[in-house]
Amino acid sequence: MGRVLRWDVLVGALLVAVFAGGSLATPGFATVSNLSFALGDLGEIALIALAMTLLVVAAEVDLSVASVLGLSSALVGALWDAGLAIETIVPLVVLVGAACGLVNGLLVTRLGLPSLAVTIGTLALYRGLAYVVLGDKAVAQFPPQYTALAVDDVPGTFVPYPVALFVLLAVITGVALHATGFGRSLYAIGAQEQAAFFAGIRVKRIKLLLFVLSGTVAAFAGVVFTLRYGSARADNGLGIELAVIAAVLLGGVDFDGGKGTLGGVIAGVLLIGLLRNLLMLNDVSTEIQSVVTGLLLIVSVLTPRLLALVRSRRPVLKGSS
Amino acid sequence: MSDPPALALANVSKSFGAVRALREVSLELFAGQTHALAGENGAGKSTLVKTLAGVHRPDSGQVLRGGEPVTFASPADAQRAGVAVIYQEPTLFPDLSVAENIFMGRQPRATLGRIDRGAMRARAGELFARLGVTLDPEQPARGLSIADQQLVEIAKAISRDARVLVMDEPTAALSGNEVARLFSVVEALREDGCAILFISHRLDEIFALCRRVTTLRDGALVATEPVSGLTHDDLIRRMVGRDLGALYPKQDTRPGEVALRVDRLTREGVFTDVSFQVRRGEIVALAGLVGAGRSEVARAVFGIDRWDAGTVTVAGRPLPAGSPTAAMGAGLALVPEDRRQQGLVMELSIERNIGLTGLRSLRRGLTVSRAAERDRARDWALRLRLKYGRLADGVGVLSGGNQQKVVLAKWLATGPSVLIVDEPTRGIDVGTKAEVHRLLSELAGQGIAVLMISSDLPEVLGMADRVLVMHEGRLTAEIPRAEATEESVMAAATGTGRAA
Ligand SMILES: Nc1ncnc2c1ncn2[C@@H]1O[C@H](COP(=O)(O)OP(=O)(O)OP(=O)(O)O)[C@@H](O)[C@H]1O
Ligand SMILES: [Mg+2]
Repeated sequence: MGRVLRWDVLVGALLVAVFAGGSLATPGFATVSNLSFALGDLGEIALIALAMTLLVVAAEVDLSVASVLGLSSALVGALWDAGLAIETIVPLVVLVGAACGLVNGLLVTRLGLPSLAVTIGTLALYRGLAYVVLGDKAVAQFPPQYTALAVDDVPGTFVPYPVALFVLLAVITGVALHATGFGRSLYAIGAQEQAAFFAGIRVKRIKLLLFVLSGTVAAFAGVVFTLRYGSARADNGLGIELAVIAAVLLGGVDFDGGKGTLGGVIAGVLLIGLLRNLLMLNDVSTEIQSVVTGLLLIVSVLTPRLLALVRSRRPVLKGSS
Repeated sequence: MSDPPALALANVSKSFGAVRALREVSLELFAGQTHALAGENGAGKSTLVKTLAGVHRPDSGQVLRGGEPVTFASPADAQRAGVAVIYQEPTLFPDLSVAENIFMGRQPRATLGRIDRGAMRARAGELFARLGVTLDPEQPARGLSIADQQLVEIAKAISRDARVLVMDEPTAALSGNEVARLFSVVEALREDGCAILFISHRLDEIFALCRRVTTLRDGALVATEPVSGLTHDDLIRRMVGRDLGALYPKQDTRPGEVALRVDRLTREGVFTDVSFQVRRGEIVALAGLVGAGRSEVARAVFGIDRWDAGTVTVAGRPLPAGSPTAAMGAGLALVPEDRRQQGLVMELSIERNIGLTGLRSLRRGLTVSRAAERDRARDWALRLRLKYGRLADGVGVLSGGNQQKVVLAKWLATGPSVLIVDEPTRGIDVGTKAEVHRLLSELAGQGIAVLMISSDLPEVLGMADRVLVMHEGRLTAEIPRAEATEESVMAAATGTGRAA
């Protein structure tokens, strides 16, 4: 029963509705160039959401992703200033991201601390480090052949390179989550960690891996972000962890773990992207944009519970009729 | 009997989707009588209980209280009408104290509506005195044994002046003394005029405690009759619908080489210097009182907990401490005692749960083969006679005994060379119990080494080639099959017997 009431299907329908509404109400919305821009503008959030989905399914969370993005951006700037080649900088920075993730992961798995607390701490820590690295200055003047990579379309398509990369990674993540033993383990860990451990699943090792993955992806997103804006700053990506988490929860992943699909998350990401784009086209201030993100977050946490309530009522109603 | 029944069901039916859990069932409970409800796993016993408790509303038929039709829209309604239920799974709040649990939602008040802790503690103390048990009202519910948790539930029931007490498999997790204590409490309540409904898969208990028995099969009523005229076999025939083979079909086997060797294993403060071995083809029972450290030894051997000293060797190779993955790789399997926390992921489906221990062997290329996963589940569901709707159903909707079968399936499917089972037949009906025993015996016959922890003494005596007995964290006796009797095992388990 209730196939129609499934959350990810609902979000998909909402996505279509927002798209249709936007096309009618806002001129310039449903154009190829705007949509291509909107997608590109979503790149970092979308990339980070992939790793975040895996974490939340396993009942963990990484709030430090935006700070890792900022640290990565600051490092790109500082190292470029120091005269290193981009080809050297990118692997270095991604490695630093992995290390940030490793610290999160070790604190959670070795010391048994809750990831919410740990990553709020490192959220402040990593952003602080970003300022230590670059101060409040901005580093620009990246060579156009690199910045072009972050904005140009794959030749012959309307798909920007970061989006193409996202599609590739999304397919890999989707397969990993929904079709492999690794994915099965994540759901088991998220739903009942003890039973997963008793079944011989290496719970700690898997969680550590997820945090490292999250840090790595966030650092790479930092590179994309820097090149896309052509500007390295310590405050880049401030606060986007909320948009990422809103997208993941909106996509139907349960914050308590063990539930959700990647398809739902992708719908959630797109929905947030379209809404942000619509608000921008209509000259709505960033403060209001942040209000909207906040509301979406609350709605996405609340609605599934309400739905569950409605569902659990049903048999009773039927029985009494 | 002229008085109307204290509580009754009249032609009650209840379905969950395609599953007809109850079909036109009638049942009458009288004041001052203990009534038994018997039936196989999934027969509908717990569903009946939940209907009496206001958790489920009947699809058709009526609930009658003192002869009058009533509608319990919620468990609170049923409680107000004097119906108290002790569910198959305990429902206490682990972080609250015993007293707070008893008076949940009805705390005695002092001035300004503050909770009167002193009065609460005193009244909880009175209740325990009336029940003749010693429990500290201030203690948090977490860490109470299941037996004590049930006593708290019973105290809760009498504090509400319950006139009807329903107990769904209260003894499943209890040892002998605890059962005896529970029975004396129940007897006292019955003499006070309570109507009692008692569910158990242990037939002896039904014969010892109850006046009448109602048997369900596949949701339908088979018979309601006095216990006095019945034999065990009669009751089993009503439940199963056929005659049952031997309950303890132990085959003789010739033990092979040592498969599992545990040498001077110690975990500080939990168990000390435990040494034993299990040979291929042998069933070795680990007996003892609840809390003697049996499950803890099993957990350490399987790598769930670390050990501080000693060695574990499987087929001649030492196992690293603290790695279930390594233990599984060496051919060990552990069917744990707590199926809800350790055995199953309740949110996942039957097939996913059974597949969880075989993610590697179910792999085709990079991905898990759904077909292979389903085949594995279907195969074992069939072999264990699992009662289910679809394999994709959540394991949480299965009846308690059928959940236990899924745990067994999950581990047997790994094809272990050493199988450790912790209370393998807890909550399982007689028919399936015989089935599980046959299976264990068969597995031993195929050369698997079986280590069985059980609080069910007849099961220990009936199935084991050797009985190891633990007392307060130490191995106190090793008794060969020929010498194992209830007396010799109990003497060693309570520490009154000879030393090993
Ligand atoms: N909420 C539910 N949704 C779907 N099916 C259910 C639900 N509750 C019970 N069932 C099904 O109804 C049947 C009866 O289950 P019930 O729990 O009453 O059995 P039981 O007699 O108590 O068994 P056991 O001895 O194993 O505890 C089973 O087939 C079970 O799977
Ligand atoms: Mg039951």
